[in-house]
Amino acid sequence: MTERTEHVTCTFCGCLCDDITVEHEDGRISSVSRACPNGRAHFLDYAPAPRLPRIRGEEASWEEALAEATRILNAARSPLLYGLSSASTEAIRKAVSLADRLGAFVDSTSSVCHGPTGLAMQAVGEPTCTLGEVRSRADLLLFWGCNPAASHPRHFARYSTTAKGRFVPEGRKGRTVIFVDVRLTPGARSADLFLRVDPGCDFEVLTTLRALVREKPLREQEGVCLGGVSLGVLRDVATRLKSCRYGVAFMGMGLTMTRGRDVNVAELFRLVAELNTYTRFSVIPMRGHGNVTGADQVLTWQSGFPFAVSYARGYPRYGPGEFTAVDLLRRGDADAALILASDPAAHFPSRAAARLASIPTVVLDPEESLTARGATVWLPTGKAGIDVPGSAYRMDGVPLRLRPFLAPRRPSDEEILGRLLEEVTP
Amino acid sequence: MGLRLVLVTGRTLEQAAGMHKGKCSEEYRAAVSRGEIAPENLAALSLAEGGAALLRTEHGTAEVRLFSADLPAGLLFLPLGPFANTLVGDETEGTGMPSFKGIPVEVELL
Ligand code: SF4
Repeated sequence: MTERTEHVTCTFCGCLCDDITVEHEDGRISSVSRACPNGRAHFLDYAPAPRLPRIRGEEASWEEALAEATRILNAARSPLLYGLSSASTEAIRKAVSLADRLGAFVDSTSSVCHGPTGLAMQAVGEPTCTLGEVRSRADLLLFWGCNPAASHPRHFARYSTTAKGRFVPEGRKGRTVIFVDVRLTPGARSADLFLRVDPGCDFEVLTTLRALVREKPLREQEGVCLGGVSLGVLRDVATRLKSCRYGVAFMGMGLTMTRGRDVNVAELFRLVAELNTYTRFSVIPMRGHGNVTGADQVLTWQSGFPFAVSYARGYPRYGPGEFTAVDLLRRGDADAALILASDPAAHFPSRAAARLASIPTVVLDPEESLTARGATVWLPTGKAGIDVPGSAYRMDGVPLRLRPFLAPRRPSDEEILGRLLEEVTP
Repeated sequence: MGLRLVLVTGRTLEQAAGMHKGKCSEEYRAAVSRGEIAPENLAALSLAEGGAALLRTEHGTAEVRLFSADLPAGLLFLPLGPFANTLVGDETEGTGMPSFKGIPVEVELL
């Protein structure tokens, strides 16, 4: 019999859309409505039937696999726990406890995503708001170096450009939309204003904007274009930013992955903070994975730091560039890894991925990812929000309880990490 | 001597869709080996739409297919994935984040 469940939360991206309707029959998902293509695939491509773990590619019982995972972690001198961001908050919490017990490094996918944003927050603070406020109040939206049409497809309709809100009842007509990027992305096409910045020149453009907002006298030089944008255009943008009623900036990898990284982000955060002298302005980083915000939150509340943490000395130490996964792998400092719900083999620079392939790995993942295929031990767990319970943090830091709709037939990450926590020796 | 451009990697819907189908699928391979450059750059290479080219950075090489797109001259866009990964270095300048965007790249005809 087909059952229908409403208000299901999609945990594929940081939008955490919680209005999805799912139809399922005999423990299989048959249809998904309201989700974007990414969200639909998140539900439909998951086969929730129980699977056996694999040890070096060969099927094994759960007991054998857990014993091998324990052996790997116990034998390692400096293991790395990496990933976290697609797991539930509860599972992340267990993973951090496990790192603490093992004296391990723990790092999340933040380090290759919004890690620099974390550094900027620590340097200058983060004037922020919730997506509900964006929807209800924002009359100016500034998207800098992000491409929601590909990475957060429902962001526009649910929270930002086209959403109809309490004080913006006319939706898109009531909002000014500005996009800044090195290329005209699909989302940028629908903007009122698009600024094409030369690659690597975001900082220059942001600094100039800050100066213009503060009405510093700048000398216009004939034909000089700052990072690809003319001073005249920037003057116009500065005026629009100052005269809006409620502005919100969204930023993405265009700032964190280019030259300048955290310095670029800090400059945007400073601009947003200064705009509050004239009007109300906030910034929200476009967080990618469904619970990457949760990974930052849990690590911060447990260790004091959002990513790049080492428990090697028995207490947490923070070291971006030192305890971050890519750096640990480059230097050959990690001699085993436990990967929770992420696929570094597919997403790390090839040299770092090759390093990872050369050390023993324990992988907890509902899907047989590239990392799971190469794992010493793969533990096929359930998917939070589909067949196992848990909670996740939306990109604006709002925690949501997930509503699983299938009976659990696979163990959860939380359960497996709990078992490992009992088995390993400190 | 090939054409020198600046490589920017990023997400696309096709890359995400291919990812769901599994990273060993043909769809994923096609999605992540699809490079985009400005029409004038494609013409300068005398390359037809979808022509194969070799990309070379100081970190590695990758064979991709190039298509023209609405991009400023001098820029090459490649979706995140195994092809982009070979072109990206593992230096993070003390932040943990490798440079996935803004890498000098040389395009050679195959
Ligand atoms: S926008 Fe994100 S959370 Fe919403 S349905 Fe799409 S993938 Fe899922």
